[in-house]
Amino acid sequence: MPDITLTVNGAPRRAEAEDRTLLVEFLRRQLGLRGTHAGCDTAQCGACTVLLDGRAVKSCIVLAAAAEGAEVETVEGLSRDRAAPHPVLQAFEAFHRRPCGFCAPGMIMAAVDMIRRHGEALDTATVRHELEGNLCRCAGYHDIIRAILAAAPTRRPEGRRPRERNATDAADKLRPRPDHGRGPGAVRDG
Amino acid sequence: MAEALALFETADEPAYLAGGHTLIPVMKNHLAAPDRLIDLRAIPELGGIARRADSLRIGAAVSHAKIAASPPVRAAIPALAALAGSIGDVQVRNMGTIGGSLAHNDPAADYPAAVLALGARVATDRRTLAAEDFFEGLFGTALEDGEIIRHVELPVPAAAGYAKFRNPASRYALVAAFVARAPDGAARVAITGAGSDGVFRWAEAEAALGAAFAAPALDGLTPSDAQMLDDIHAAADERAALCASMTARAVMRPGRASIF
Repeated sequence: MPDITLTVNGAPRRAEAEDRTLLVEFLRRQLGLRGTHAGCDTAQCGACTVLLDGRAVKSCIVLAAAAEGAEVETVEGLSRDRAAPHPVLQAFEAFHRRPCGFCAPGMIMAAVDMIRRHGEALDTATVRHELEGNLCRCAGYHDIIRAILAAAPTRRPEGRRPRERNATDAADKLRPRPDHGRGPGAVRDG
Repeated sequence: MAEALALFETADEPAYLAGGHTLIPVMKNHLAAPDRLIDLRAIPELGGIARRADSLRIGAAVSHAKIAASPPVRAAIPALAALAGSIGDVQVRNMGTIGGSLAHNDPAADYPAAVLALGARVATDRRTLAAEDFFEGLFGTALEDGEIIRHVELPVPAAAGYAKFRNPASRYALVAAFVARAPDGAARVAITGAGSDGVFRWAEAEAALGAAFAAPALDGLTPSDAQMLDDIHAAADERAALCASMTARAVMRPGRASIF
């Protein structure tokens, strides 16, 4: 079996894999990174979304061999610093309190990609359009969209001093329901 | 390029791989089992987008996302950039390539309509084909065994528009029309998704739009039901009606992809 060498979340990794191994299988089995989920296996659901050389792709439709030498970012890479998780993780923690969470790794990586490309220009319409490739079968889209917008940098009026933004600021502003996903009426916007 | 061609020659059942967004699903369904996959993405002459005097040259391995975001494409043929931005979803657009789409010639794919309506030429490792001679029926092309598309040369039109009625489940075109007006005023209309023999030019609409490039010129025109696909997704007469309405929409909003 051939060796596949690539960079995952900033660290060089190498493992043997059969030629036919898909990137999602390689990440989960060979490298033990089970954060990336294999959902539909038909490139519809987006649960397997990772960043390949900085672009969001569905890793169930990319051969591991095609990622040779590439730089891959997975959801695990967002929590390397336990004291300061990535703003998108914090925002999903605050807003996307669904019991299932199966789609979350893909949603989160799609969100990271979106925020990197659009920055302050990211608006609700763009988020809705660009989430086309990610399905949430709990239909938690409204909270996912809120989470992505909360994690994106915001435009500020001229002359005002920009300050560090994190999910706590966002939580103050948008008042997520703390029992969302558990209490009565939890699915009303789902 | 030479290495890819040689690798193809020496295998029993080889296949070229670009974005893989057609071939890998086909392999998962056990409809193809190549014994050698040859990844074309890193071949330098297959990359890049260049504006030339009267045309755009797009490398075969350029992704839909790059075409959608490309300043020269958006300036020269904005409807083509918008078409590219309407394919699949973000992740699919990041991997899928124009060359892969053309070589596969899915009867519901978007690019064949643009390539045919713009009168593009498809350059391969061994020759250059006019769009009319390139597409052959459903999933068929004039490509020989082992032939590799290098790039597509798309003449810059005076105006062009695209309109697509999506299948709500698959999100592929149920019927889509690409309309282009050449600098000399001649109009070309190509329809994807609808024809029982794949992408086709609609001659009557071209004649009408050549006389007056405006939606009312199409009033009363509908292509024949006999040349339409007829399946569970839409009946032949529905597809024929959509050909007329999508063509009119494409004319009404040039420089855009109108998605329904």
